[in-house]
Amino acid sequence: MTRKQLRKIGTISLFVLPGLIIVLMFIVIPLFMSMYNSLFSWTQLIRNKFVGFENFAKLFGGFPYRDMFFNALKNNVTWFLMTVFIQNILGLLFGYVLSRRIPGHAIFQRIFFLPVLFSIVAVGYLWGLYLRPNGLLNEILNLIGKPEWRHAWLGEAKFATPTIIMVNIWRWIGFPSLVFMAAVDNVSVECLESAYLDGAGEWKIFSKIVLPLIVPSITIITVLTIIGSLNVFEQVYTMAGLDGAPNYATDTIGTLFYRTAFGSVDAGSPEIGIGSAISVIIYIMTFVFSLITVVSSRKREVEV
Amino acid sequence: MNIDFTYRSSSGWKKVAITVCLVMMSVYVLLIIYPLFNMVISSFKTTREILKEPFGLPASFSFKNYKLLWVDKHFDRYFLNSLFVTAVAMIFVLLLGSMASFGVSRYHFKGSTLIYMLFLSGIMLPLKAAIIPLFLIIKKFRLVDSFASVILIFIAMGIPSTVFILSGFMKGIPIDLEYAARIDGCSDFRIYSQIVMPLCASSIALVTIYNAVPIWNDFFFPLVFLTSDVRKTLPVGLSSFFGQNSTNWGLLFVGLSIAIIPMVIMYLFMSKYFIKGMTAGAVKG
Repeated sequence: MTRKQLRKIGTISLFVLPGLIIVLMFIVIPLFMSMYNSLFSWTQLIRNKFVGFENFAKLFGGFPYRDMFFNALKNNVTWFLMTVFIQNILGLLFGYVLSRRIPGHAIFQRIFFLPVLFSIVAVGYLWGLYLRPNGLLNEILNLIGKPEWRHAWLGEAKFATPTIIMVNIWRWIGFPSLVFMAAVDNVSVECLESAYLDGAGEWKIFSKIVLPLIVPSITIITVLTIIGSLNVFEQVYTMAGLDGAPNYATDTIGTLFYRTAFGSVDAGSPEIGIGSAISVIIYIMTFVFSLITVVSSRKREVEV
Repeated sequence: MNIDFTYRSSSGWKKVAITVCLVMMSVYVLLIIYPLFNMVISSFKTTREILKEPFGLPASFSFKNYKLLWVDKHFDRYFLNSLFVTAVAMIFVLLLGSMASFGVSRYHFKGSTLIYMLFLSGIMLPLKAAIIPLFLIIKKFRLVDSFASVILIFIAMGIPSTVFILSGFMKGIPIDLEYAARIDGCSDFRIYSQIVMPLCASSIALVTIYNAVPIWNDFFFPLVFLTSDVRKTLPVGLSSFFGQNSTNWGLLFVGLSIAIIPMVIMYLFMSKYFIKGMTAGAVKG
């Protein structure tokens, strides 16, 4: 190896290594440690003997974990579906309209991002108060003469999860809006103009030109939604508590994982083995679903 | 854009569509502004007033709640802790992240794709699910209940998206600029710091907001790692005002109002660059 090559390697290492080491140390290695830990039995924080897939068997095998896991997973799926169909589709609409420089667009795009700046704790407590049985929302329903629409939004099992999701959507909608706005802005003007001159209508321009060209952004937002939906924790913690009140109706894999790992499910002691098994499942689901999204959207990508 | 969606030039159903969109967007703006307004107003009220008359104005605009919270409840400490943790973590996220982006995007070498993928894996891997091994690692380093624990984790949390966004942008900067500087005898580090970085300003604004907001607001890692009261950060400190039955809502609203101020200031200063950074190819994928 020549001195010049050595120098090049040295320079590159100097730039890349510090960041890489931190990422390896705190993200990549913990992943493998979780996989490893899930194969052992644990007493508190002490690792005992190798048990193979016994922790997974316990998780999917029966009471209490199986029911808890699938109850939580069902809620995570609800999170994903509601986020995609309400938040991301509204975001796409808002982003598209914003990129068309409608009146007031500069103000809209700035205000839309404000809720994102809130901490999840603030959002949880603020909306928790507004959604109380005698809170702001119910008072407003009274004012508009619809007292029969009043509900204990966070107290009734069938409303609790959708309510928390709506609050989360309230917080996040500005993000996909701005991402899609930026993506639509990047679609070449010539392309749109020639389509317009050929007599294509607004819907045709949107569905046949803009939409295929912004597939990469749609992919990114969808992948982020998958990751976010599988990792819901704070939203539920601050609005419904660690147990997913009422009666586990708002429980998610994130809160179940936390209770398992820090000990309040079974005998009240941390179950590191089963906790690690849950986190491995979270990893696998995140990875598989993200990969499916990326691969299937690759096919739809077009270049101009 | 010439073919515009403006009201005047359009006709028929398009006008209806624009109006519907505008109404929806205005409703959302109201849904943002009113709770914000209500939050600030409520910070001047007593708990009784908040629960009895959620819409009403406070009896008097006294800063009693503010003084109580800031001075007597040591909210200043939580605030400074958050400021310190966020500032240190962000300095390293931006420094290490941009250096790594420079390394993977401006040099051709074997394994650069692998390294890039390793960085990207950090976006895909949810850090919260790794809390058990993270806890074991932090414990091994004897960093439990020290700022270093959360700072290191926040740095790791921020670097992947920083590399993703910045390296994408840096790839678009013509390499000729670099050659010219090299002929003039510029070192690699100076090319990074004085030629490439200044050109990335808008992407850096994007990365800063994208990472500083979740770090400032993060609840999970400080909850787990910072156990003693003197080291609590804002979100965790706030949650301690939220008792099961005896929440002092007045104080809580003061806390909420104070907690969002630094982020709003940062956003207002950077929003122009932030939006430009988004459009500048950062999210093209």
